[in-house]
Amino acid sequence: MTASSPEPTPWSTADMARRAAREIPAGAIVNLGIGLPTQVGDYLPDGHAWLHSENGLLGIGPFPYEGDEDPNLINAGKQTITVVSGGATFDSASSFAMIRGGHVDLAILGAMQVSATGDLANWAVPGGKVMGIGGAMDLASGCRHVIAMMQHVTKKNEHKLVLACDYPLTAARVVSLVITDLGVFQPTGDGFRVVDLAPGVTREHAQARTGAPLG
Amino acid sequence: MTGRHADKVVASVAEALAPLRDGMTILVGGFGLSGNPEALIRGVIERGVRDLTIVSNNAGNLGKGLALWLKAGIVRKVICSYIGNNDDLHTRMASGEIAVEITPQGTLAERMRAAGAGIPAFYTPTGVGTEVERGKPTQEFDGRRYLLERALHGDVALVRAHKADRFGNLRFWRTARNFNPVMATAAKLTLVECDHLVELGAIDPDDVHLSGIHVHRIVHVPEHENAFEYRTVRKRP
Repeated sequence: MTASSPEPTPWSTADMARRAAREIPAGAIVNLGIGLPTQVGDYLPDGHAWLHSENGLLGIGPFPYEGDEDPNLINAGKQTITVVSGGATFDSASSFAMIRGGHVDLAILGAMQVSATGDLANWAVPGGKVMGIGGAMDLASGCRHVIAMMQHVTKKNEHKLVLACDYPLTAARVVSLVITDLGVFQPTGDGFRVVDLAPGVTREHAQARTGAPLG
Repeated sequence: MTGRHADKVVASVAEALAPLRDGMTILVGGFGLSGNPEALIRGVIERGVRDLTIVSNNAGNLGKGLALWLKAGIVRKVICSYIGNNDDLHTRMASGEIAVEITPQGTLAERMRAAGAGIPAFYTPTGVGTEVERGKPTQEFDGRRYLLERALHGDVALVRAHKADRFGNLRFWRTARNFNPVMATAAKLTLVECDHLVELGAIDPDDVHLSGIHVHRIVHVPEHENAFEYRTVRKRP
């Protein structure tokens, strides 16, 4: 490494969550998926957006203080949560009608693979243990916009941004933006447009770790 | 014609569950372990029926909830949306003891909403272009492709409510509502386990979450475990 090409410092998961929070406009209705996307809520100013939980709540608040937790007030990941002032609860059929009906502006979802055409694979690993679908397919096909969040490559350094997914699809042509530890990428149909790169990450560094052309 | 809406309150879980038979399809409310009809779930094992098909979002977890039925060997098939870490289901699915049908969560809810509303099938965008589409008719409307899903009926629904009046008008608590109301609409016989039983008129008509038209038997169960799955808290400042 020379002084002119500093060591790449990929984003931490906290950095990724902070970057994802910047994509959420004021007054948006947002569903944050289980796992890493849930952390995005930590970087939203109070009252900035309304967080939807598909098990039947609009207006997720922070985690409860010790002693205030209620086992019958949980998010889709079954974690105990609170409700903000102005929040509302409803049943599962109503909740998914909101999603399917296009009333949820944005879903930020974890991903295993995203294709250049915006296909999302996030529910099953070929040959792996079947974990189930949960709300993933409804969210991916029903929300007005979908942002995927994931590590840029697998632990075995396999590509996750690919020309075509070989994992089972969650929904086709739905992802508008991918946020990884290396940067922010937009599916263009035949590749990905580089929107943002983590500090020290060059286009060449990212291209070597991407299974489709970066534009 | 017989009126089905007189004297719904029964004295015991056993009395509520008396109509259950082997081979029935039973819809069970709850999302994870929240909003589970805990006493009715335990009572079904004592009732001694078997060969059941259960419809539930998760079919239990951590050895609790519907995991009790899986362990008791009384389940033939599970229709659910998510298995996750439910090892009681994973092991029995792998051995072939239990057949599992995985359905997207919103489709699962809507299949029961349709059943309760007299709709035999509906088109949905969820699952188009995925494994869920396999074997299902598709149709294009206004330039977008949809797949056909069938209504999902139950013989019996087991429902947990926070508050019930003697007609079966129900109120639910927070996210314990989940699948409970929609399942109540989709079964021939709906059995409700309530934390609080109140007189007619104690729930304002504008505050009823589910009309008693969907409820057939009510049992008052004041004590519940209400198990935590993931107790997530922050420190007080």
